[in-house]
Amino acid sequence: MAEVKTVATTGNLVVAEAMRQCKPDVVAAYPITPQTTIVEEYAKFVAQGRVHTEYVTVESEHSAMSACIGASAAGARVMTATASQGLALMWEELHIASGMRLPIVMANANRALSAPINIHCDHGDAMGARDTGWVILFAETAQEAYDNTIICLKVAEDPEVLLPAMTCLDGFITTHSIDRIELFDDETVADFVGEYEPANALLDTDSPVSHGCFAGLGGPFFEFKKAQRLAIDRSKGVVERVGAAFSELSGRPFGLVESDMMDDADLAIVVIGSTAGNARHVAKEMRAQGVKAGVVKVRCFRPFPQAELVAALKDAKAVAVLDRAESFGAEGGPLYLETRSALYDLETRMPVVNYIYGLGGSDVRLELIRQVYSDLSDIVSGSASPSGLVYLGAR
Amino acid sequence: MQQLTEIRWHARAGQGAVTAAKVVAETALSADQYMQAMPEYGPERMGAPIKAFTRISDQPIDIHCNIENPSVVIVLDDTLLDVIDVTEGIVADGVVILNTCTPPEQVKQRLGLPESVKVACVDASGIALDTIKRDIPNTPIVGAFAKVTGLIDLDIFKGLLAKNLSKKFGQEMIDANFAAVDRAHEEVTVA
Repeated sequence: MAEVKTVATTGNLVVAEAMRQCKPDVVAAYPITPQTTIVEEYAKFVAQGRVHTEYVTVESEHSAMSACIGASAAGARVMTATASQGLALMWEELHIASGMRLPIVMANANRALSAPINIHCDHGDAMGARDTGWVILFAETAQEAYDNTIICLKVAEDPEVLLPAMTCLDGFITTHSIDRIELFDDETVADFVGEYEPANALLDTDSPVSHGCFAGLGGPFFEFKKAQRLAIDRSKGVVERVGAAFSELSGRPFGLVESDMMDDADLAIVVIGSTAGNARHVAKEMRAQGVKAGVVKVRCFRPFPQAELVAALKDAKAVAVLDRAESFGAEGGPLYLETRSALYDLETRMPVVNYIYGLGGSDVRLELIRQVYSDLSDIVSGSASPSGLVYLGAR
Repeated sequence: MQQLTEIRWHARAGQGAVTAAKVVAETALSADQYMQAMPEYGPERMGAPIKAFTRISDQPIDIHCNIENPSVVIVLDDTLLDVIDVTEGIVADGVVILNTCTPPEQVKQRLGLPESVKVACVDASGIALDTIKRDIPNTPIVGAFAKVTGLIDLDIFKGLLAKNLSKKFGQEMIDANFAAVDRAHEEVTVA
């Protein structure tokens, strides 16, 4: 039976705790705000002898991911963490990790990318990595950051998947706030994730393999990519299955998409991360005033839960998609583009509008969420037409 | 709607506001409540004005943003009154708790607060200098906070404070902090 300990601590510290409980063989990491306390805490576990992990201190994030790739290809269970510029510096390695089908798990403390320099939350870093072939989960709370980290490891290592996975949490808002969090005992987590049996370990000298070899013109590059596409498509069912098994243990819900008050909602907000809580709070206020408001949180962004999102939104009269990231020059933010595309096959399509919000940690006041619902209400009543992209609360 | 108390802390970096906010949150957890504690992170240096936020509720807390309409404002340094509007957005029946030698009636007048807002003053720095021998007003102010608001159990707080302090300090420092908390609890005056 799972033992549970309720603690008051930060998102970063419980991500470090989840990593420790997953027993990685190798952690190679470079500190960067607001991820720093994850790797600092993990280094402490190593110093205290509480983990068997080989902890590799490297000179950059490019090297961190390179070391992770080498270790994972060798057959180790590998985890790391980064943020913002660090993730950006890893960019070429992110593709190599997924192309070599290495189940590395990385926490990303979502932070804005320079310039101008900023250390606070937005999703621009992770969204920049959306096409790199990683499974990507986002947490609303520190509790979800803990849960998602454990879920990510089991998904990544599943023989049906064998892809790297990113467990994202909002910089400062989730990484550094103290919250009430339930932690499992070590044995429960160890049993849940199981022993890692690498599929194609370089150090398995009985069955020698090559990784990342040349596949140029006429080679199987194209087919490799198709296999990768099939794998991330398959990962959707695995994320659902592992999430459901975790949910069984924890008693906490897990969905690729998590809906609140959507059964009869006219006005829907689609959102990722900690702002989902703000939206839920305001939706409850709206409900108290007789407005049928609802919230759809996208917890799994890659693979994109298209069918689940459509099922959640199909009866809404107007939808607002909130993006904490830009896709400069596109019609809107990344979540908007994919949500709008997902809704294309509906027979009757509702208006879908886009708000860019909270870039660089800009505070997501409840007033701003109220404004979004009010705009949606005006669209439904016909007193306003759907607007183009709105920078929510920008001066 | 959930029963939610929102507390905003104003201090200067180095006064221990973040630590106090953290231990208050832990105290609330020990009483099986839900809570959040978050400092407003910026390019801090010793002495710069900082803010921190604490939420306490009987129900899980959904909101993740700064606190604009606090029901409790705690000010660890009264020189901040010259530079920051510490009571901005305070609710009509809110309470302001200050570390100051000035009597609460005078502070209330100076801040131009309505009758419905309570002002509680305690010389937390003086108490800290007497007991802890350093101007660290964060623990005594929590003693005043517990008395004025009744939001946390002082004994639970002291237990957790001892646990936190024992990581770095000996029994002497723990006793000095207990004395500071008790004195502030005793000496706080309200208008």
